[in-house]
Amino acid sequence: MKYWRAPLDTDEIAVVRGKVYIINDRCKGCGYCIEFCPREVLEFSKEFNIKGYHPPVVKSDGCLNCHYCELLCPEFAIYTVEAD
Amino acid sequence: MEPKVLTGEHFINGDIACAEGAIAAGCTFFGAYPITPATEVAERMSERLPDVCGIFIQMEDEIAAMTSILGAAWTGVKTMTATSGPGFSLMMETVGLAVVTETPCVVVNVQRGGPSTGLPTMGAQADMMQAKWGSHGDYEIIAIAPSSPQEMFDLTIEAFNLSEKYRVPVFIMSDEVVGHMSEKVLIPEAKEIKTVARIKPKGRKDQFKPYQPGENGVPPMPAIGDGYNVHVTGLTHDEQGYPVMSVDTQKDMMNRLLSKIRDNLDDIIRTEEYLLDDADIVIVSYGVSARTAFTAVDMARQMGIRVGLLRLITVWPFPEEMIRDLSKRVKGFVTVEINMGQISREVQRCAGANAPSYLVGHAGGTVITPDEVIHLIKEAF
Amino acid sequence: MAKAKANQKVHPLEELIRTERLPHIWCSGCGVGTVFSACLAAIQETGIDHKKFSMVSGIGCSGRGAGYVKLDSFHTTHGRSIPFATGIKMANPSLNVIVFSGDGDLFAIGGNHFIHAARRNMDITVICINNFIYGMTGGQVAATTPHMDRSATTPYGNPEMPFNLPLMAYASGATYVARWTMIHSRDLTDSFVEAINHRGFSFIEVLSPCPINYGRRNKIKSLDMLKLFADNTIIKNNADPAELDIDFKKGVVLGKFVDIDKPTPDENYEKVCMMR
Repeated sequence: MKYWRAPLDTDEIAVVRGKVYIINDRCKGCGYCIEFCPREVLEFSKEFNIKGYHPPVVKSDGCLNCHYCELLCPEFAIYTVEAD
Repeated sequence: MEPKVLTGEHFINGDIACAEGAIAAGCTFFGAYPITPATEVAERMSERLPDVCGIFIQMEDEIAAMTSILGAAWTGVKTMTATSGPGFSLMMETVGLAVVTETPCVVVNVQRGGPSTGLPTMGAQADMMQAKWGSHGDYEIIAIAPSSPQEMFDLTIEAFNLSEKYRVPVFIMSDEVVGHMSEKVLIPEAKEIKTVARIKPKGRKDQFKPYQPGENGVPPMPAIGDGYNVHVTGLTHDEQGYPVMSVDTQKDMMNRLLSKIRDNLDDIIRTEEYLLDDADIVIVSYGVSARTAFTAVDMARQMGIRVGLLRLITVWPFPEEMIRDLSKRVKGFVTVEINMGQISREVQRCAGANAPSYLVGHAGGTVITPDEVIHLIKEAF
Repeated sequence: MAKAKANQKVHPLEELIRTERLPHIWCSGCGVGTVFSACLAAIQETGIDHKKFSMVSGIGCSGRGAGYVKLDSFHTTHGRSIPFATGIKMANPSLNVIVFSGDGDLFAIGGNHFIHAARRNMDITVICINNFIYGMTGGQVAATTPHMDRSATTPYGNPEMPFNLPLMAYASGATYVARWTMIHSRDLTDSFVEAINHRGFSFIEVLSPCPINYGRRNKIKSLDMLKLFADNTIIKNNADPAELDIDFKKGVVLGKFVDIDKPTPDENYEKVCMMR
């Protein structure tokens, strides 16, 4: 995401970090979570799941726990929680 | 506000008596759509239901009327709708849903002449096969045929009781003549009226299977909000209520849906016999035509012909055994009904080669006269 | 949405899903699951006891929703979810009844029931997943298929015009009308919460992709469809319902269009008939 300018209180705000949980075998590989993740933390796995789809896998630790993947996933296959 | 049971002597027509029977049976939801000659049932229900904290709603068509009573039934209440031929045709889709989801409900068909719009203001008994086979697929239902306003009251209560007990739609197959005929109707005291309520499940909610058969092969039925989280579907389903598209599931489900009726025929079937013990010729009749048949029996007896009557109070399930047994000792059967041959075919099927079966029937419009019955008996035997 | 606890190893909607029935029947890329998920999230968010909910569906892909929700749920006949829901609501007004179904079910075979429930202001929530097609039967033209789009029964293009669903709902008397797409999942969930809490007939149209039976014939991949939902839509609350025709070239208007207060038939019945 690009900002016009950094907010003045950037240094004081604690950034929430999220942890992504993926229930591989529920995934049907639509790729919506990968495409629409605002932090682009997901990519297709090389592995197949039980149904023969490539589920997503976390490629970077930029997750901000926005839950968008969780909301968008039609399969209840992904969710995020606040990282400790 | 009137009480739930209008104990006393009344001079009312069959449609009104039917509505009073429903209220007395504990019906608290009626989904309506106006149609001649059944409209008076709806009108009476709209007036009476608020007295018993019941709901009357006039829906946008008969499909909706029938569907609404299924939804309401799952909240735990007793429900009814009333219609005639064209509306009965529209309801058939939902009858199938009621059968497969085992939703208790009572459907009144005040029959008129058909097909299509037919003879709205004149009686017929030509929807009898539709009651049995009108929705697609194999199924068993219960159909009752009242012969008088008094029976419209009594048998409506009976219909609710059977429906609750077996979780099956029960049809009251009346006709325009009985529906619009006014006679004395005796309404007993409330405490003398026997009513049956569906069996509710007990035990652990998380282990409950909505279609696991209980007593008589009928599963206990929870209401919405009881916390059982039931899933109810029109698809072929397993005991959990979940759709399973397999030959075995279809077989198991169908077997139980059929056997809960077929295994309890003694409890369900109701007939009346009149001078049947020594009869050579048996008249089989039901509904308004049975009234003709009683007179015809008396006339024939006066002429020295030994005629008896088997009146079907429940038409479906059909009393096959009874007809089969009679067929072994009588000269033949005469079925009296206002149609071109419906129940007469059932009689013929059950009698087989043992005894001939004849029809005294005509297209809708008028009742059959005793003379027509006598005429046929003289010609045929 | 429910806040998942740290280290929670189950999906936050798990308590509302019949997980033993997963995977659901919806194809890869189908939006019904997303809308369903938003609906469950909204149920959670209302904080209302789950026993006080009932979900009713008709027939079709979206109609399978009732089969996956861990509530008293009903999968009825084609087009009849609304009269079934009407029966439930009138017989027990304390229940929150959600109709979860598709465009073919609610607006072709069930169109008459829809307009009458809206006219009555029946206190139910109707969620219509509009995927522009009859998905389950293999992609035949629907009452919502855009003009000239291809389907299994319009191989040369759809010669007919589609419904404007929010306009129909408004004109019929609905007291809450909104439209979103499945990727606007936050607005969608908020809208569902509002609709559940709304007293009266609430209707939410949700545009959703059918990649197999609509997308394939009309040469649009599901991801491109979602991008269309994101880029070619305009959020305009209180827009004139007459101007809500769906045309992605012009931009499809989303938002909440109607939210008014009118008495409902259950409360009126009590006043008019029972307390007379």
